[in-house]
Amino acid sequence: MSPSSEKTAPKVAVLDYGIGNLRSAQKGLERAGANAHLTADLEEVLEADGVVLPGVGNFGRCVDALAAHGVDTIARKAASSGKPFLGICVGMQLLFDGSEESPEHSGLGIIGGMVRQIPGQVKRPQMQWNALHQVRPSPLLTGLDGAWLYFVHSYAADLDVTASSSVVTATCDYGGPVVASVQQDNIFATQFHPEKSSEAGRKLLTNFVDLCRGGTDGA
Amino acid sequence: MTNIRIIPCLDVDAGRVVKGTNFVDLVDAGDPVELAARYDAEGADELVFLDITASSDRRDTVYELVRRCAEEVFIPFTIGGGVRTVEDARRLLREGAEKVSVNSAAVDNPQLIADISNEFGSQCVVLAIDARRQPEGAEVPERFEVFVHGGRTPTGLDAIGWAQQGEALGAGEILLTSMDRDGTRDGFDNVLVRAVAEATNIPIIASGGVGSLDHLVAGVVEGGADAVLAASIFHFGEHTVAEAKAHLSSAGIPVRPVS
Repeated sequence: MSPSSEKTAPKVAVLDYGIGNLRSAQKGLERAGANAHLTADLEEVLEADGVVLPGVGNFGRCVDALAAHGVDTIARKAASSGKPFLGICVGMQLLFDGSEESPEHSGLGIIGGMVRQIPGQVKRPQMQWNALHQVRPSPLLTGLDGAWLYFVHSYAADLDVTASSSVVTATCDYGGPVVASVQQDNIFATQFHPEKSSEAGRKLLTNFVDLCRGGTDGA
Repeated sequence: MTNIRIIPCLDVDAGRVVKGTNFVDLVDAGDPVELAARYDAEGADELVFLDITASSDRRDTVYELVRRCAEEVFIPFTIGGGVRTVEDARRLLREGAEKVSVNSAAVDNPQLIADISNEFGSQCVVLAIDARRQPEGAEVPERFEVFVHGGRTPTGLDAIGWAQQGEALGAGEILLTSMDRDGTRDGFDNVLVRAVAEATNIPIIASGGVGSLDHLVAGVVEGGADAVLAASIFHFGEHTVAEAKAHLSSAGIPVRPVS
């Protein structure tokens, strides 16, 4: 990829299904160099260089809202298109098979596994900044091992961090290791909010925008 | 276990910071967004904007504040003051606020907490409680009573019971202000903070009375707070957020390091 094309702003589609705080995700991506827009239109999403699935609040309500806006189908198509895809917070949890928070709702099933309440004698939600412990290489996390990110969640993906096939790329310590980020091929997801994580968050979103450009620039 | 958050609080009236600040290097010391961006750069973990605009153009000025903040501030921020309906909350969150805080309107209608929580999740509902010590009576021990309307109006509610009710209704956090200490610079009322922290299982933000960095430490060690809120010590340049973090850290309290 030529230096000039690396300077162009990749198009990033932020999936809009009527929930919560989408503007922060859009602004955070713009600050990281993307041309970000909110959309629930399949063609726009498939034309984009990358796709972001945000999410806040209750898992079941997000599942219902995805379906009501047809964004469940769009998210599946975007994830299988091979382009970089980033789920954030409940947008990460939605990628799994389901959540203990709303057992009657099914997740998108894009990544295998369940989301369960954070275990142990801890306050829920975890509402704080916490340090990332990277457990596997991932281009999304370049330069971010040990960085502090903003978490707010009561549930988390329940995955075996140590399995060789594990998709877990980083954990944080909250009464024990809690899954903080995953990668499965082109599909990335973070339990924390990069768009609310100041400079460390900007670095992560810049890594994502670089992926949307077709790879990192080797810097 | 919890990494303690340091939260500067900005009182905003008609889009301007009340009482101003004396950061000499700000272009516009009365602009809440410029001040907020400054706190983000200094390492603040979150921000609280308390909108005290009384006039009827309140809505427009606060939404404009949130929109501009979303473009320039990349840490979570809470908007409090005048949030009375689910629709108020929806618009503030949609424009970029991470959380809304409810106070008087929740006392009038506790269901408001549940309605916002059910719609957007408990993580975005902060129950703000203004409490004042009420002296021991003939038949009642000293207690903490909830006041509303800026601390002027007694409600008869017990602050600890109201905090528990708020948690049960779906509040994700409690912003607990001692009206006895607010503005005194004598430190938090850590007896109050401890009582509420022990009676609930959601994060508590201690507020009211900070005059020194030692007061922040006491809020955590004596009060058991998960986050500490202060205004004047930061606004008037007495201390930076970075100094506050260094002070907490040297007292053995875990904080996000300032990069």
